[in-house]
Amino acid sequence: MMITLLVNGQSHQVDVPDDMPLLWVLRDVLGMTGTKYGCGIAQCGSCTVHLADRPVRSCLLPVGSLNGQAVVTIEAIGDTPNGRKVQQAWLAKEVVQCGYCQSGQIMAATALLNQTPKPTDADIDAAMSGNICRCGTYVRIRDAIHTAASA
Amino acid sequence: MPSRRLLLRASLLAGGGLLLGMRLPGLAHAAPAGAGPFMPNAFVRIDPHGAVTLIMAHTEFGQGVYTSSAMLMGEELELGLDQIQVQAAPPDLAKYIDPLLYDQATGGSTSTRSDWMRLREAGAAARIMLVAAAAKQWGVDPAGCHVERGVIRHDATGRTLGYGDVASDAAAQPVPKDIKLKDPANFKLIGTSAKRIDTPAKVNGTAVFGIDVRLPGMRFGTLAITPVMGGNVVRMDEAAARRVAGVRDVIRVGDGAVAVIGDHMWAAKQGLDALDIVWDAGPNGRLTTASLIAAMEQASQHPGVVAAKKGDASAAIDGAATRLSAIYQLPFLSHSPMEPLNCTLHIQAGQAEIWVGTQVPVRAQKAVADATGLPMEKITVNNHLMGGGFGRGLEVNSIGLAAAIAKQVDYPVKLVWTREEDLRHDNYRPYYYDHVAGGLDGNGKLIGRTHRVTGPSILARWAPPAFKNGLDADAVECTAETPYDIPAELVDYVRQEPQGMNTSWWRGVGATHNLFVVESFIDELANAAKQDPVEFRRGMLQKNPRALAVLNLAAEKSGWGGKLPAGHGRGIELQFAFGSYLACVMEVEVPASGEILLHRAVIAVDCGMTVNPDTVRAQMEGGLILGLGTAMYNEITLTDGAVDQSNFHDYRTLRMNEAPKIEVHQIRNTEAPGGVGESGTAAAAPALGNAIFAATGKRIRRLPFGNGQLQGS
Repeated sequence: MMITLLVNGQSHQVDVPDDMPLLWVLRDVLGMTGTKYGCGIAQCGSCTVHLADRPVRSCLLPVGSLNGQAVVTIEAIGDTPNGRKVQQAWLAKEVVQCGYCQSGQIMAATALLNQTPKPTDADIDAAMSGNICRCGTYVRIRDAIHTAASA
Repeated sequence: MPSRRLLLRASLLAGGGLLLGMRLPGLAHAAPAGAGPFMPNAFVRIDPHGAVTLIMAHTEFGQGVYTSSAMLMGEELELGLDQIQVQAAPPDLAKYIDPLLYDQATGGSTSTRSDWMRLREAGAAARIMLVAAAAKQWGVDPAGCHVERGVIRHDATGRTLGYGDVASDAAAQPVPKDIKLKDPANFKLIGTSAKRIDTPAKVNGTAVFGIDVRLPGMRFGTLAITPVMGGNVVRMDEAAARRVAGVRDVIRVGDGAVAVIGDHMWAAKQGLDALDIVWDAGPNGRLTTASLIAAMEQASQHPGVVAAKKGDASAAIDGAATRLSAIYQLPFLSHSPMEPLNCTLHIQAGQAEIWVGTQVPVRAQKAVADATGLPMEKITVNNHLMGGGFGRGLEVNSIGLAAAIAKQVDYPVKLVWTREEDLRHDNYRPYYYDHVAGGLDGNGKLIGRTHRVTGPSILARWAPPAFKNGLDADAVECTAETPYDIPAELVDYVRQEPQGMNTSWWRGVGATHNLFVVESFIDELANAAKQDPVEFRRGMLQKNPRALAVLNLAAEKSGWGGKLPAGHGRGIELQFAFGSYLACVMEVEVPASGEILLHRAVIAVDCGMTVNPDTVRAQMEGGLILGLGTAMYNEITLTDGAVDQSNFHDYRTLRMNEAPKIEVHQIRNTEAPGGVGESGTAAAAPALGNAIFAATGKRIRRLPFGNGQLQGS
């Protein structure tokens, strides 16, 4: 069926099943591959995008359920003030190793700052513990979030 | 590592640029059969418009090698990191062999050790020839010229030329024979915490991992592999799969694997589910973890191949005032990099092209050749950034299977394993079953130790020539040789391959396995000797100043000996692995629930000459966290021949709220560089196990530490 999606401020018409997770629409239909597949069961956070400014796991989000709500992905998060701060802090603190989970980490961190401009360590634990990193960059992620919050 | 003399050979690129080829004499003896006595390599490309490219033999999967290798080359080429592009090398064993791995491979923390000389010499040779070309054009002495940021300047006249301006002429210059490398005192890049060159694209979604490749006309597939090795399809509902919207093809590979290909991953996945495959388990259908362990236990009763022998260890232990013996066990582990297995292929009549992240491009090419019957030279391999590797990318069985699928269709196809298929069809880190024993004299001095390692030989399958006289050097790494001076030692190795499981390298390889056994048991001996674990180790390190220095530094920075609340404990471990010295102190808390709370880690590391200190720190932090989570939670188990675990809910990774504070202290010196990519991972389990013992008095000898082993501590 034809579904209208609003992704990064642009409207897209896609002909896909309405139970198709947003992740695969982004990656395979729209060609926006910055959002990653990691587990498919909302356990790893690699697929995190913003839906109406809230962080969501796109791997389990049926595209038919969006009802026109705005989707923001890693490709455009740098156009937002907090997204840009987070990306800059990620570079300044040299957070990234393999980088595969980092799209999701950055989306989760930006959502945290949107909600909580000066997060405590406990806030960071609560907001970021759904995003796993097999390279183990957590120490730097925490540091970079504090840096972004004070930027 | 001895420095290798390089001979350089210049040749013109088709585009008129300069290509430096290298030969590394003296490696022929270590090469696979069929390779010639000289091996030309090619790392530097300078285009006529001045772009400088490092053709990168090693794969980037987070360890920072694109940056550190570019720093090595750029140092001698007098370039900033911003002036160097990195391009993944094509499969070409002759040019891009890792001399420490005997293959075009990335693993074993060898990259910097392999590139340390050859990339600096490659850069220096290129610079010398470029300067010579400029000097010739000006009619001046090259000695009167110098280079800064890729601009050659004749000091007396102030004339300048860019590298691109003289790239074509430079190829005609004689190849320098004796290349004098910079005095380390003059390094501009090496030794600095230069920013990584791969990160900007990784924070804005533009980095292209293998799984992100897109080709015109490409379709998407996913697959199911028999849950039990050797099993086969009894029946499946192909018609149902084809009724799923967007499904294009259902492809079988023998009886053991089925792929569904569609317009997108979702169609393929829905189609695969609709197949409702019924499998016959085959001959391995009754295997359990317990049956595999029982086989290892039995094999471990008999003497193995001697890996290290000093004095008469058994006699020393027999005559000791205090005798200790123990059995240590380490589980099967999955690699589970964040990027699931995938491969994109276009197989056509007479040729094939693949896009994949691999640690072994030549083996990838060979896997496609074997699956398709195409000659190697007709197969193009485009290597990519990998979303983690941890050793999984040293195997190519997934690529061979992908080729067997893709050759049955005429369009390009991206095959993506679901996390579940990836985790259940890994080449697992082997189970190890180790016996250790030790004896203390009346003064509590360790006078003899034995260690029998029982486990499979990955080396025998992966690099048969390296498996000599029944001995797998990796299986006994860090126990055949320890940092300690012990009067009598016997280490032997019993090879026991598990039925129904593929095994392979896992981050930290032999060190991750043996350090847990050796360093835990050293702690047991210290306790039996009623000595402080740091003091006990110090007593055996008088001939090993570098090891002693990291031990002392870690102890000092951790506040070793300082008082901790009840239920808290500190544990230390020491290692010499991958050419680097490291000591780690973990500070933990174990409440009555048996949870393990990681409070703090202190690492002291001496990896000799350091290319990028921040990368070293990052590898310590990240490697340790992977190792800690693995030691606390992870094991792969079998029931009825099939892997029980399936995804990150039952194969856990440490999370943000569980990660400890980590301090890394580096000892900088001019010793030969050691590897750092796996050291932190290898340190985790022994430091943690010793800390758990300090906190609870419980010695856990079977990983993972969780599994209810600490409840009621």
